[in-house]
Amino acid sequence: MDNIIEIQHLSKTFGTNEVLKDIDFSVKKGEVVCIIGSSGSGKSTLLRCVNLLEKPSGGQVIYKGENILDDKHDIYAYRTKLGMVFQQFNLFNNLNVLKNCTVGQIKVLKRSKEEAREVAMKYLKVVGMDQYINARPKQLSGGQKQRVAIARALSMEPDVMLFDEPTSALDPEMVGEVLKVMRELAGSGLTMLIVTHEMEFARDVADRVVFMDQGVIVEEGSPEQVLLNPTQERTREFLSRTLNK
Amino acid sequence: MTLKLIYKILVENWPMFLRGAGMTLYISIIATILGSLIGLMVGIIRTIPIPERGFKKGLLKVVNGLLSAYIEFFRGTPMMVQAMVIYYGSAEAFGISMDKYFAAILIVSINTGAYMSEIVRGGIVSIDKGQFEAAHALGMNHFQTMANVVMPQVIRNILPATGNEFVINIKDTSVLNVISVSELYFATKSIAGNTFIFYPPFVIACILYFVMTFTVTRILRLFEKIIDGPENFDLAGNQMQVAKPESMLQRKMGETHQR
Repeated sequence: MDNIIEIQHLSKTFGTNEVLKDIDFSVKKGEVVCIIGSSGSGKSTLLRCVNLLEKPSGGQVIYKGENILDDKHDIYAYRTKLGMVFQQFNLFNNLNVLKNCTVGQIKVLKRSKEEAREVAMKYLKVVGMDQYINARPKQLSGGQKQRVAIARALSMEPDVMLFDEPTSALDPEMVGEVLKVMRELAGSGLTMLIVTHEMEFARDVADRVVFMDQGVIVEEGSPEQVLLNPTQERTREFLSRTLNK
Repeated sequence: MTLKLIYKILVENWPMFLRGAGMTLYISIIATILGSLIGLMVGIIRTIPIPERGFKKGLLKVVNGLLSAYIEFFRGTPMMVQAMVIYYGSAEAFGISMDKYFAAILIVSINTGAYMSEIVRGGIVSIDKGQFEAAHALGMNHFQTMANVVMPQVIRNILPATGNEFVINIKDTSVLNVISVSELYFATKSIAGNTFIFYPPFVIACILYFVMTFTVTRILRLFEKIIDGPENFDLAGNQMQVAKPESMLQRKMGETHQR
């Protein structure tokens, strides 16, 4: 079995609010999976449960055959295997672009400064931000920040990249530059799990689309299946609402 | 007439004023630094997320309780009274004769620490949750997150408040005259006592206090600017070699010389 991440019977409650209900879900190596759904459907929470930024209330998160929720498992080492890109970028405000991309490598992966710099430069070139290494986050535009955030996550050379609505906080004209980078990454064979509202993007790059509503997975399958020929009433309703804006 | 008197007092007593001001500055610098360190430590400990269960939870609760008691007590009683209790108390109740300068620095430090730990706590709480999450997502633990991401931002943000504490310390060391530490107020009082001339020495002390506090605030402002870094940044890694007009001219000149 080549499932890199497998989620079984995952549930998450905030107080009495049940956000995720008995989710079963997996990601194969090299697969690009897009999660779609309306706000409050639990898709971001699912993504945050995968790298344990939210502690699941029940169920299992299995990474390469090992249950991460075991008490003995080192969640810090596990997180270095997952790159995370946030909606709000969350670049470290006290560090410049280059240091944002090297601090994790040096402090967590214990790479040397020279090696960290080399790796960071490689990925900053991928996202087209290698000229901006001396800039501070506050001096960059939203799209530039998000590209640096992608480079920061890639610099850890993770097995899986998680994207939590990476374009939702951007101005319309900056969405394109970030999606372009993500398309390139998807083409390079990286395993990606993307929460997004960009239907066109999902149709183009996803190997599999997952539609969530009210804390459950309603429908999943190839983009053609889910986006063009949905079988479930709720999926059809959601798609007609988003596509006919 | 008055100016002449002030001038006369200054000329006759300047070494004493200077020693007093020096002592004031010495105590307040060391105490502000030590107090800030205490505040940083206490602030960090008080913001450690409490685990849901286990031994650590109990320990953390006890430590947090003790730290709040420390903060509440030292914020809630006058420093002058604390000075009397600590300095004379240690001598009379426990038979420990404390050096009065040591006592002075101790008292001002733990006082500053009590205020600073609340300032630091506020600074940590005000850092965006996303900064913690991004650091955790890179695999950093609580300590690494604090050291590399959060504290550098906290220190920048609390600098103005730290400057406030520094200025307050410079002024409030004057209460240490009750344990006869020879700082600026004590020195001024002695000069007034010796000469039976009262307000001119205090006018001089006033000016000296102001010069000290003003200089300190300016230096800290400069420090803030340095931390903030330059307003603009340079683009790096430009692959194109662009010739400057000067160098082109030089090359041309060189060629003509060779001919």
